[in-house]
Amino acid sequence: MKKLLALSLVLLLAIPFVAMAESAEPIKIGIFEPLTGSKAAGGEMEYRGIQVAHALVPEVLGRPIELVPVDNKSDDVEAATAASRLVEAEKVDIVIGSWGSSLCIAAGPSFEKAQTPAIGTSCTNPQVTLGNEYYFRVCYLDDFQGTLLANYAKTNLGAKTAAIICDISNVYAIGLRNYFLEAFGEENIVAEAYFNTGDQEFSAQITAVMDKNPDVIFMPSDFTEPGLIMKQARDLGYADILFLGGDTWETEAIIDIGGAAVEACRFTTFFDADAEPSEESAVFLAKYEEMFGGKPKSSVTALGYDAYMAAVKAIEAAGTTDGPAVQAALCALTFDGVTGRIAFDGNGDAIKNKAIIKTVEEGAFKYIDTVVIE
Amino acid sequence: MAEKKFTGVAARMTPRRGRDLTLSCAAIAAILLFTHFAMQGFILDAYLVRILNMCATYAILGLSMNLVNGFTGLFSLGQAGFMAVGAYVTTILFLSPEAKGALFYLKPMEPFLQAIQLPFWLSLLVAGLVSALAAFLIGFPCLRLRGDYLAIATLGFSEIIRVLFTNMQTVTNGAVGLKGIPPVVNLWWSFGIMALVIVFIRRLMRTSYGRAFKAIRDDEVAAESMGISLFKHKMMSFVLSGFIAGLGGGLIASIVGSINPLQFRFILSYDILMIVVLGGMGSVSGTVVAAFLITAAKEWLRWLDNGFSLGLFRVPAIAGMRMVVFSVLLMLVILFYRQGLSGGKEFSWQALIDFLGKPARRDLKREEGGKKT
Amino acid sequence: MLVNWPMLIQQVVNGLTVGCLYALIAIGYTMVYGILRLINFAHGDIFMMAMYFAFFGITVFLIPWWAVMPLVVVVTTALGVLIEQAAYKPLREAPRISLLISAIGVSYLLENLATVLFTGIPRSFPSVPHFTEMVIVGQVRIQWLGFWVPLIVLALVVGLMFIVHRTKTGMGMRAVSKDMETAKLMGVHINRIIATTFGIGSALAAVGAMLWGMKYPQMQPYVGVMPGLKCFIAAVIGGIGNITGAIIGGILLGLLEILIVYFFPGLSGYKDAFAFIALILILLLKPTGLMGEVVTDKV
Repeated sequence: MKKLLALSLVLLLAIPFVAMAESAEPIKIGIFEPLTGSKAAGGEMEYRGIQVAHALVPEVLGRPIELVPVDNKSDDVEAATAASRLVEAEKVDIVIGSWGSSLCIAAGPSFEKAQTPAIGTSCTNPQVTLGNEYYFRVCYLDDFQGTLLANYAKTNLGAKTAAIICDISNVYAIGLRNYFLEAFGEENIVAEAYFNTGDQEFSAQITAVMDKNPDVIFMPSDFTEPGLIMKQARDLGYADILFLGGDTWETEAIIDIGGAAVEACRFTTFFDADAEPSEESAVFLAKYEEMFGGKPKSSVTALGYDAYMAAVKAIEAAGTTDGPAVQAALCALTFDGVTGRIAFDGNGDAIKNKAIIKTVEEGAFKYIDTVVIE
Repeated sequence: MAEKKFTGVAARMTPRRGRDLTLSCAAIAAILLFTHFAMQGFILDAYLVRILNMCATYAILGLSMNLVNGFTGLFSLGQAGFMAVGAYVTTILFLSPEAKGALFYLKPMEPFLQAIQLPFWLSLLVAGLVSALAAFLIGFPCLRLRGDYLAIATLGFSEIIRVLFTNMQTVTNGAVGLKGIPPVVNLWWSFGIMALVIVFIRRLMRTSYGRAFKAIRDDEVAAESMGISLFKHKMMSFVLSGFIAGLGGGLIASIVGSINPLQFRFILSYDILMIVVLGGMGSVSGTVVAAFLITAAKEWLRWLDNGFSLGLFRVPAIAGMRMVVFSVLLMLVILFYRQGLSGGKEFSWQALIDFLGKPARRDLKREEGGKKT
Repeated sequence: MLVNWPMLIQQVVNGLTVGCLYALIAIGYTMVYGILRLINFAHGDIFMMAMYFAFFGITVFLIPWWAVMPLVVVVTTALGVLIEQAAYKPLREAPRISLLISAIGVSYLLENLATVLFTGIPRSFPSVPHFTEMVIVGQVRIQWLGFWVPLIVLALVVGLMFIVHRTKTGMGMRAVSKDMETAKLMGVHINRIIATTFGIGSALAAVGAMLWGMKYPQMQPYVGVMPGLKCFIAAVIGGIGNITGAIIGGILLGLLEILIVYFFPGLSGYKDAFAFIALILILLLKPTGLMGEVVTDKV
């Protein structure tokens, strides 16, 4: 029995060598996303966008494109290994991903060393592309977003004071908090409270913050906790306070979790089909509907789509899959994506000057405003 | 594995010892040659080198835990905390002041810490010492506790360390973590430190301290009545384990290149415990083998995530399939190899030769052994 | 400092609700530990599975919620017993550490299985009428859950106490937890008793999971990890192996977590550490927990 077991274990481990031999010469695009673990939802939604784009443009330079997903398990150590696997073992030509800045930061050195360009999707932390020539991204950054939200609160909402409830264990949230604080003026922040990713009980933080009577509450965090916070705040009787958040909020889970409590909150996002109906977004939405049904659950799906298109267009422009050539092509690239016109600056960050403000109305996301920063 | 000691006993060397010595030397030479060529990039690509580095580092971490859990019989689950200390100290000491300045963009770093820069080996050594100090401080209250209570208290301390690091913005950069740690750790570093730790633990177990550890493991009350100071020896084992775990944490920081507090959640201690138990409690070679097997198997099984064809039908790509299969394999090993893969024994050339050459006799021997116990 | 009474009352009720739920799950840990000396690391994941069962029962199979509840309890109990039979029973004669590793293995398996079966996309627990609505008394606003949870937990605990102290099975449980070998010799069906214990623990976790889901309607495959760890801490604080202790520990921990953040909002970043600090303090002052028995080494 034991021998049989040992033998079957060995056989199982040997299968990959047999299964490896398959078709030849495709262009390989590595998908570096958290497909399992705590960030799986974000990874899944971005992967869908990439799949939609792949279905629409399945080949470039006359060669078929193959998607090579490698799960980074929402874990930084795994992410570094996964990145190394993508460039060394799978020998992909270009990489797309990931949701979660810390995963990208762990992966960056591998991509740079192998001279494989990587296009980040929704990793908004400045550290991702800083000092790494091969990391690009199609989203805007925390400083842009934080500043924009602060200005929006002051000018458009007429807020004089604000409170912050921040996820202290989340890089993205901390970044947003700081830029918001800077732009809004530290003296105008009347109260601050913190929580950790995965917390479920916030009434103490809400009460403490509301004691100071802020005009708005800014809540940088991922997408699961804010729904609970808003719900608990309404349950505690704070019916009128306005909640403000970042791009992660555009996830249907927030409406499912918060229910009526999330109505009228405001957040920034990258893309809205109603705001600027373009050909690109119509095609994207139609294909998405066909493949997955309904509308994308989050704008990061659109970012995944744009990242794929950027990759394909760069390879097309370079005329080769050679890493440095594609990198140079990306630097020079300008194209109209679903989330607007995309071009990369010297850091590899997408140059964007506008963001979309959305709210929730009757259980659905609704476009409110487009804000431009010069 | 470790070379046989033959000072003064060379005269008494039996043919078997001579053979073992030759085989050991040959194996070490082969490993050295392999490492040398691997470093030149002839045999392995960066991906495989990274995996081997991780394997060796996990072996080091496994050994550090085995020292406490396997050899001294204390049930400790605090490894993740010591690793965090080691990783952070190494990184903070090793990074250049400019790099640290750029990283601490939210709040400036303590000027004193920012100014320090040490070579890697010294950073690693200091990291080990600071982890040992942390182990000493934690050990003081905790080592009075018994059994599972000790496990929970050490787990608690490791989580407290993580929460502290998350909140110490000016020292650790909080949740943002530290990045850009130069990848100085190569196979020489990881395998070298692993070899040192192996030799150290094997030597240690032959000294009076090592025998005292084992005595405490086998029967605390008897050990105490033999005049062994329980607290002193437990503390010694705990502090040494903290030191080695700190080294492991420092290595991981350099291999991965970036660290943040979430990497060091208590789940990490479970992973290491798994290596120790699957390798066999109190077996050095078992821990090393298990560390390599588990780390490599996790990577190996990646093909499951991407879908594959089994002859006629094609299994679709399901993300996470790899981890499900990994857990099932783990469960099978747990259920069928209770004593761990090594059965609690140490590696010996004789056992290997027996295993390869005369499987029938080996089974017979095991049956006899089974009857005796 | 001016005390804001309505707020304080709300927070106390809140802490009590969370505490009672902690207690419910802590009982599962404590009972298993009492009998097998096993820290059942998979308990939090059984809790997670129960949440998913309820979710699918209501949203996919469209069973009304009052019918789903007993169903989920039955299915979760079956799952708990199944895990015991598959992963723990074969290891009865093995060293204790193997059992622990087996528990960790089961926990990995359940989490990964849930990720593959249910995807990592967070889902929201369906809202159940009445329970989640608010009651307003003067300035105090409390969810109906705030009243129901302590009552339900009390009823379950009374029932459990009856089983443990007044039935033959309960006597068996107490006997096994005192001395498994002797109990075996006295004719107690060890395996049946252990399976029952796992069943009861899982059933309580299922009830806890559903009430938890109503209070915090958000779930993903790792939702059980933190509550699992906290409840385990609660069990240790109360004195592991002791049911009353688990209840006291759970309620204390729930109140502590909420009230510290309420009184010291600046410390809210350290919230996860409170439970551990409380744990370590109690272990140092009273190494066997509040209600634990002192075990001396036999020579």
